[in-house]
Amino acid sequence: MTTSGSGEIVQFDNVGLRYGTDREVLSDVSFTLYPGSFYFLTGASGAGKTSLLKLLYLSQRPSRGGIRIFGTDAITMPRERLPALRRRLGVVFQEFRLVPHLSAFDNVALPLRVAGFAESEIARPVADMLEWVGLADRMEARPATLSGGEQQRVAIARAVIGRPQLLVADEPTGNVDPEMAVKLLRLFEALNRLGTTVVVATHDVHLLKKVPESLIMRLDKGRLSDPTGALRYPPKRPVGPA
Amino acid sequence: MKRPLKLLSIGSRSLNEGAQTELVPQVRMSGPIPWVIAIMVMMTVIASAGGLALRNIASAAANELSGGITVQIVEARPEVRNQQALQAVELLKGQSDVSLIRAVPQEEVDALVEPWLGTGMDEAEVPVPALIDARLSGTVTQARLDGLRNALRAKVPSARVDAQSSWLKPVFGAISALQWLAIALVLLLGLATAAAVLLATRTALGSNRETIEIVHLLGGTDQQIARIFQRSTAMAAAEGGIAGLAAAVIIVVLVGRRFAGLGAGIVNGGSLVWIDWALLVLIPIGGIVLATVTARWTVLRALARML
Repeated sequence: MTTSGSGEIVQFDNVGLRYGTDREVLSDVSFTLYPGSFYFLTGASGAGKTSLLKLLYLSQRPSRGGIRIFGTDAITMPRERLPALRRRLGVVFQEFRLVPHLSAFDNVALPLRVAGFAESEIARPVADMLEWVGLADRMEARPATLSGGEQQRVAIARAVIGRPQLLVADEPTGNVDPEMAVKLLRLFEALNRLGTTVVVATHDVHLLKKVPESLIMRLDKGRLSDPTGALRYPPKRPVGPA
Repeated sequence: MKRPLKLLSIGSRSLNEGAQTELVPQVRMSGPIPWVIAIMVMMTVIASAGGLALRNIASAAANELSGGITVQIVEARPEVRNQQALQAVELLKGQSDVSLIRAVPQEEVDALVEPWLGTGMDEAEVPVPALIDARLSGTVTQARLDGLRNALRAKVPSARVDAQSSWLKPVFGAISALQWLAIALVLLLGLATAAAVLLATRTALGSNRETIEIVHLLGGTDQQIARIFQRSTAMAAAEGGIAGLAAAVIIVVLVGRRFAGLGAGIVNGGSLVWIDWALLVLIPIGGIVLATVTARWTVLRALARML
């Protein structure tokens, strides 16, 4: 049986991760994420933020420990069940990972097409989303012709277009100007208010203050600390959508 | 007024078969496959046409000789030979399972041996046997031949009875060997096609690995990704298959005309009939199916190793 009844959206239990035979990049990581919460994951470069996010968006299996996502054991789950789980996630990759031969429009439409939406259902929301992130006039542009900031906005639009239950963003504002960074954070907050659990990895401490309701997880040399009590159970404040 | 931003909820929506628009670039996937398939299909069609023609030759010859027997009267003295030939014909007419009895005229026998003995030979110096052609109803077996020999022996001691098909046994053996060779060639070409598709698909997978990973992480299934590759391979194989078939048909028709022009008896039975052409048309379809299945199998096997 893989479903838990406690309502948490993600549960890491004593997770360790090593690549090959190197030392562990994550050690004894245990935490719980609750529906509708907004989390920042901070830490210096090389602290293991991206590795932790890879485990969250099911791109990597841990070397040890247990992970449950949406109440499902992500370690023992057969791989043919992964796609259904991944469709409930939105991911902003640090290096954007846009499909190079697709236009900005097609990149944003990709999760919807993969999920089986008809073209007639896709065109309007995708166009609106690109307009919202300020790329209405760049819809047909290929990633190679977009600036770093524009690519990042396309990557964010692609991550949120499917209204995921869990949004994982790795340094999502690293390549945009401060004004756009705030605007994108507002988008994440709007999604969060709709019930999406948001996890934003950043080393920009100024960003943390922009979302006062957020909870902070800090990684230091692969170990997780909990400066705001975000990981405590029960949480110190009510979590989840109203 | 600015429209509110609309986000779609994906949830557990079912897969839409048509929603895989250009996830992976088609050109980079098909690569040399159309050319490889064209060459393979052309060679397979030619080999198959050869095999079918040989089968037709063997079949026509077997039909023509089926039940045929030849009685030779091997007697040096012409008057005795002619007398025994008449007796043999009478005796054969008395057999219920023997029909179409024909004493081969002397002129015809002379014409048969002319290439070796020339004309105007002295019959006393080089005796030539008298020949009688006949046809047995049903299959000629050794037991029936022995029965006929026994029946003839008492009155026609110089008679020798042979099944006509036994003369062509080595030819049938050679044709059969060539047919097996054609079948082996077709199988090898099929294997080579599958291997070429496998390598091309692996290359395409490698060059599109990043895109495939992204599609996976966005919730794409192995089946969706495999469908993209198999569709691209099927299109490339169809292009190559049609070109290969067209080239092969031209070659087979031209070669067929050259053989038809020979006018040699046994070769005449080798022309292809409509069912043969229908079988040849099925070869590119088989090639497309083989290429598509190979591409799908290769992709699914490779994806199974990814998370």
